[in-house]
Amino acid sequence: MENRLSRYIWTHTRGQQLWILLVVAVSMVPYFLSFDLPKQIVNGPIQGQGFDQPGATQTFMNMSFDLPWLGMVTLFDGIELTRMQTLFALSLVFLGLVIVNGLFKFYINTYKGRLGERLLRRIRFELVDRILRFPPSQFKRMKGAEVSSMVKDEVEPLGGFTGDAFVQPALLGGQALTALFFIFMQNAWLGLIAAVMVGIQAAIIPRMRRRLLVLGRERQLTARELAGRVSEIVDGIGTIHAYDTSNYERADIASRLGRIFKIRYDLYQWKFLVKFINNFLAQLTPFLFYCIGGYLALQGRLDIGQLIAVISAYKDLPGPLKDLIDWDQTRQDVQVKYVQVVEQFSVDRTIDPSIQAAAADAGPMKHPLAAVNLSLADDSGAKLLERVSVQIHPGETVAIVGGAAGGGDMLAEAFGRLIWPETGKVTAGGDDLLEMPESITGRGISYVSADAYFFYGSLRDNLLYGLKHAPLKEAAYEGSRAAHRKWEINEARMAGNPDYDVNSDWIDYQAADATDTNDLFTPVLSVLDTVQLSKDILDLALRSTVSPDDHPGLAEGIVEMRHALRDELEEAGLSSLVVSFEPGAYNTEATVGENLLFGTATGPAFIGKAIGRNAYFRSVVGRTGLDRIMFDMGYSIAENAVELFADLPPDHPFFQQLTFMTADDIPEYQLLLQKLKGKGFDAASEDEKGAIIRLSFRYIEPRHRFGLLTDELMAKIVDVRRQFHDGLPENMRGDIERYDPEHYLESASLMDNILFGRISHKHSDGSKRIRSIVSSLLNSLGLLENVIDIGLDFNVGAGGKRLTAVQRQKLNLARALVRRSDYYIFNRPLPGLDHRLQDEIVRDVLKLVRRDGRDPAVIWVLSNTALSSLFDRVLVFDRGTLVEDGTHAALVENNGIFKELVSS
Amino acid sequence: MGTDMLLKDEVQMLRRVPLFSNVEPGKLKLLAFTSDRVSYDAGEAIFHQGDTGDAAYVVLAGKADILVDSSTGPIKIAEVETNSIVGEIAILCDVSRTATVQTTTAVEALRIRKEHFLKLLTDFPEITIEIMRVLADRLSHTTSELSEARSRARKAE
Repeated sequence: MENRLSRYIWTHTRGQQLWILLVVAVSMVPYFLSFDLPKQIVNGPIQGQGFDQPGATQTFMNMSFDLPWLGMVTLFDGIELTRMQTLFALSLVFLGLVIVNGLFKFYINTYKGRLGERLLRRIRFELVDRILRFPPSQFKRMKGAEVSSMVKDEVEPLGGFTGDAFVQPALLGGQALTALFFIFMQNAWLGLIAAVMVGIQAAIIPRMRRRLLVLGRERQLTARELAGRVSEIVDGIGTIHAYDTSNYERADIASRLGRIFKIRYDLYQWKFLVKFINNFLAQLTPFLFYCIGGYLALQGRLDIGQLIAVISAYKDLPGPLKDLIDWDQTRQDVQVKYVQVVEQFSVDRTIDPSIQAAAADAGPMKHPLAAVNLSLADDSGAKLLERVSVQIHPGETVAIVGGAAGGGDMLAEAFGRLIWPETGKVTAGGDDLLEMPESITGRGISYVSADAYFFYGSLRDNLLYGLKHAPLKEAAYEGSRAAHRKWEINEARMAGNPDYDVNSDWIDYQAADATDTNDLFTPVLSVLDTVQLSKDILDLALRSTVSPDDHPGLAEGIVEMRHALRDELEEAGLSSLVVSFEPGAYNTEATVGENLLFGTATGPAFIGKAIGRNAYFRSVVGRTGLDRIMFDMGYSIAENAVELFADLPPDHPFFQQLTFMTADDIPEYQLLLQKLKGKGFDAASEDEKGAIIRLSFRYIEPRHRFGLLTDELMAKIVDVRRQFHDGLPENMRGDIERYDPEHYLESASLMDNILFGRISHKHSDGSKRIRSIVSSLLNSLGLLENVIDIGLDFNVGAGGKRLTAVQRQKLNLARALVRRSDYYIFNRPLPGLDHRLQDEIVRDVLKLVRRDGRDPAVIWVLSNTALSSLFDRVLVFDRGTLVEDGTHAALVENNGIFKELVSS
Repeated sequence: MGTDMLLKDEVQMLRRVPLFSNVEPGKLKLLAFTSDRVSYDAGEAIFHQGDTGDAAYVVLAGKADILVDSSTGPIKIAEVETNSIVGEIAILCDVSRTATVQTTTAVEALRIRKEHFLKLLTDFPEITIEIMRVLADRLSHTTSELSEARSRARKAE
């Protein structure tokens, strides 16, 4: 990028700048005509100049020019108009000029605005493009938020300046020179005075503004650092809480804000000081005119008429001059900003654009991958790997083992192009890996480490992320959308942006063993199974609440599945595992409240505490006398809870078991019990009744085991349930979704819809067993794809933080395995998993990558040395050097470091 | 709804467990309330060797075998009697399960979660002492079995 903003603007907008200059020049003609016209109207028709006799006429719109050589050229003879007619005609011309001037202004401003926005788009794109081409080491020194504040905020004023970059000085300079010229014409000496004063202004003001520029630069840097610190606080919030350093952070932010305040305040002071001096100098000139000009006039050396003419000509000078000086201020300001940004983005060894050129097809990498005399160093210059030469052949499986600082992981990073060689190189078939197109290396090699980044979006987006290399199938547009797309392409080109369409299908299905989105599921599922993530995704789906409209056919399938599940459990002798909701029966595994409502509250009438205040509900419960029963029940529950928990400190872990109240509620209920002792329902206030009855709502007999539910009571609750639903007023029907064995419940999770009941508390691993039965049923009923699909919609959050660390590692591995590659490099991808799981996944991955007779090479940096027997060849690293290289059997024989590693 | 599921009955059963015989009934009720009541059919595994230990179990009714994996298949090393505790080692020592416990009859048990169990030990020294006694018993039992096995092995040489 150019070092000077003006050159950058000129390079990219030369044509447009010239065009707008021309338009501005042309617009001056009606502009100056409109100056002259009022005088003509007043002098002519209104004051009667040239209309001396009544009935006199004047020629209007006579267009004839006395041109040299050609003589008189007459375009239009004009028409004769009377005084009144001339008044209207001239007024109409005035109106016409107003409109023409307005339109010119409109056109010029829009054009300049567009010009600026295009340039802004170009700069921003170029900056991001550069980020994409930075060498990996660069990212160790940058803060993401600072870079994004540069791209977003700091270049913003550049766009506004672009339109004025050349037009403004030309225009204002022209005006100022004209005014100066007029003064000169009146009187050379006074003209000289004016010129000298302008010279002083032009010399002093920019000099004073230097300080402003320094301050401006400081303001930019401190603001950028502030953005960086704020994002550090967001990213490091866990650490801040853990170490109670929030006040240190507050102090840091406050002191930064103080500095920014000081800089900005200084800026204001200087800015207005400069303004004051500028104004003063501008006013000094008329002072000199009055003083010196008056003196000369009184002495008779100057004509008074001339003096007045000079003074009136001078009034046109300060305006443009001031604007010109302001323009210069803006210019310097944006120039500083530009330089500040460009400096940050001028990095040595950026990746050549041709290496990243998009390509739909890339050939396979059938050459051996090799490190040639490769040395790697960290930022401080410490050697990580020293002169290692090794060759990995296509189709080979290689385990890399060694101690923590062995260097094997660094070799893997070098193969993954994450660290660039200090000396030596990494080659594929003799070509330097860093000079090969990324379309080959980025597809031929799949690199996975534990350090995974996920983009905000769905699990699916992240899983298929590694397949999006190029827009393979253009999105089809029709009508206005097609026109819009055309406009997008055109605009992108005008601003030097690429015109790839994000809405195209970017997914390389072939690389994922599929032909299109319809048959992608099978390969994806086998990958998810391999990394043992499918269960997690299934769980995510089963826990989610989905609208049946988004997944046609699913609701019917799920309702059918309820029966199938019942049969399946029966067959396995596990029918007691789930207690179903039945309209005419009490479900002992559900709460009393659930049994009573027999539905999910979905509207304001019943949700949360509203149900206790709902008049209809209260009338049903009161009429049947259930309120008294539930009051007594709640009273017993409170008694039991107080008896059990009153002595425990509020932070005792046993409180986890107390599902119907919190530790803080205990003292309140203790008081309530004392107050109501022996008095019962009638003595309690409405609030107290509510507090007590609420407890019974959450009661589950098999879980809490206080022995409060009798057969009669259960029958009664079922009866009240029936009455409640039968008499439900029309306007409340939408506020509750009733449990119906034949209908899908929109407000319940998928799992609850499948179970349509509650898992019995009696079975210790009930929910685990149910899950495995449900997942096999989903599979046999052909619903698995549907459900996994719902799970894949799960939004992983910023940086994938809504997933657990283990899930992130599995997903990271999965997104590499989804793609067909010639080399898979796994750099300790699963450190968070226990050994048994790691073992299983390593075996399964080795099997998966060789499916359908494929033969990719696998390089696996193992944290568990014992697994190296699964590989064709083992590389042993120790303190940055390759110490042993051979088959597992040979190395065991060898009695070297490897044997030590295995036995330890 | 069976009445055998009630807290107060569980308290009675817990009092018969030697480990808790010295604990006052109010505390036993709390223990029962905070534990999960679980039941197993004959032949079901309560937990498997190698699992992470997240709970201890008090067998209220029924019997189970303690099995250890070996190259020739599982070997039975002991039996869990009614009213005894099982699975406490994995919790106390933070290791994975050292053996598999498989029921031989239908079993009713209380499942005490790890954090609850540890809290119990700090809150009630009498339980801690009882646990130590059980563990010491097992150790002396194991020691005598080991010495027997060694002397047998020596004779065989």
